[in-house]
Amino acid sequence: MTKPKKGWWVPWAFLALPLALYLFWVIMPIFQSLAFSFTKRDSIFYPAGATWVGLKNFARLFQDSQFIVALVNNFYWLILFVLVPVPLGLFIAMLFNNSYPGERIYKTLFYLPMTLSFAVIGTIWAWIYSPDFGALNGFLHVIGLDSLARPWLGDRRYMTFALIFVGVWRQVPYVMILYLAGLKGVPGELVEAAMIDGASWGQRFRHVVIPMLAPATVVAMTISIIDSLRAFDIIYVMTNTKARAAEVLASYMYSSAFAYQDFGYGSAIAVIQFIITLGFIMVYVNNQLKNELER
Amino acid sequence: MATTTATATATRSPVKKTIFATLFYILSTALVVFWLMPIVIAVFTSVKSMDEIMSNQKMWAVPKVWIWENFSIAWNKVGMSRYVLNTFIITLPSVVGTLLVSSLSAYALAFYKFRFNRTILILFVSGMLIPFQMLLIPVFRLSDTLGVRNSYLGVILFHVAFQLGFCTFFLRNFMKQIPFSLVEAPRIDGASDFMIYRRIILPLSISSMAALGVLEFTWIWNDLLWSLILLQSDSLKPITLGLANMQGEFISNYNMTAAGSIIAAAAPLGIFLIFQRYFIEGLTVGAEKG
Repeated sequence: MTKPKKGWWVPWAFLALPLALYLFWVIMPIFQSLAFSFTKRDSIFYPAGATWVGLKNFARLFQDSQFIVALVNNFYWLILFVLVPVPLGLFIAMLFNNSYPGERIYKTLFYLPMTLSFAVIGTIWAWIYSPDFGALNGFLHVIGLDSLARPWLGDRRYMTFALIFVGVWRQVPYVMILYLAGLKGVPGELVEAAMIDGASWGQRFRHVVIPMLAPATVVAMTISIIDSLRAFDIIYVMTNTKARAAEVLASYMYSSAFAYQDFGYGSAIAVIQFIITLGFIMVYVNNQLKNELER
Repeated sequence: MATTTATATATRSPVKKTIFATLFYILSTALVVFWLMPIVIAVFTSVKSMDEIMSNQKMWAVPKVWIWENFSIAWNKVGMSRYVLNTFIITLPSVVGTLLVSSLSAYALAFYKFRFNRTILILFVSGMLIPFQMLLIPVFRLSDTLGVRNSYLGVILFHVAFQLGFCTFFLRNFMKQIPFSLVEAPRIDGASDFMIYRRIILPLSISSMAALGVLEFTWIWNDLLWSLILLQSDSLKPITLGLANMQGEFISNYNMTAAGSIIAAAAPLGIFLIFQRYFIEGLTVGAEKG
């Protein structure tokens, strides 16, 4: 990198268009939403009258049982998005990271759910969960576990977990891809040296492979957490955001603002969602830039 | 990766080797079959008759009669063709737009030393991860002010702008690997900065931009939320929304919704199978460095 010879403005000339687009569609909206969260407004349009209400929206949030439901559900999403896809993705990556003929076909097939939209995934899983003709209850019937059959999306006790399961189904292949990429960075000599020293499979895994996979683990965990906090499409497609017991922050923000026309309140929900996510974004960005900036 | 396994297997006895191989195939096959069952069910359901679906709870059973006509009904009568066309109209310009615009910012960040270089990079990288809900209301208002709400252009503009975050990051990392002498030499010869970008860096980045384009195509194709917010006319809606609406209207016609979901999945699936390597390259940024 050098300083441009002809003038300081040269990089800015290249940045003008991208920065302008980014400022108007991404950066400014963040601050606008923040400002809206301190107001009460019943119309989304300009120039709509809005009244400044200070922290009232936020005070209201914590007395709103529906918000608490969304917050708790989002917490389940987050926990399960770390606890299931990360270890399972690692296990599957280790399994597929073998040079037996045909391993590539397994990898390709396993990735497939990643390429599908949540609209498609939600549609498919909606009939798998269907109480009458659904594959899940049908399967339970075939293996003689009729007693476990449930209206999965119709019962408030199960719906959130049924939805999280669908998210996890798509997230595991993603985490596996990240770990497979990470495993490429584990030098064979290191594992070999540990083997010559008489390290067992478990020891090699714990003391050689796991530390080498630390960057992949950071990416897998932060991305999974951020994805869990962004969950919306699955809920929209599978419940049409009308199942209040399955609501998460993203869907509650949508229904508050766009169904109930309470735009200040909706913005406050978005701000809470944003604040929770921000810490994880910083971990992710820090990790990425540590790798990239010094090159 | 290959060396690890090669040395590991070399030290094992032949019997052990066979056992390991057998275990690998059994475990992997069981896993893949189990994991892809929902997709298999979708394919089978899409070609069954409603009678067959109603009479047999085993959705995973192979269809007795394969009714391919379901697809033409979904395509013509249910209106999938319009939704697919809309999705192309939104996706293609968005991908091309974001690639071109981000190549400008990536070039500036990769080859120039200036104040705020790092700040701008951080801005782009962190922006790509923020929850969309934080942008919904202001972007709706902005689109309305500009008169592009409820139009393809409104959605395209948002996609181009938002995807700049990831694209700039990805392309900047690629451009950083280009030897600096390729920029320095023509500059000494008097080439302008734009010439260097246009004639040297852009051609060198084409393969990387293609890889990125594959990923962006899939993401934008699969978007639901932004069309939901910005498009009100049914005639403009993309396939993801078409499918969600279909869920409501044809709730009991499993075969129609199944055929619809396969139509919706066809383009990204095809792209993935052809350009798998690019796809993974893009998704694993940051995970492979030890």
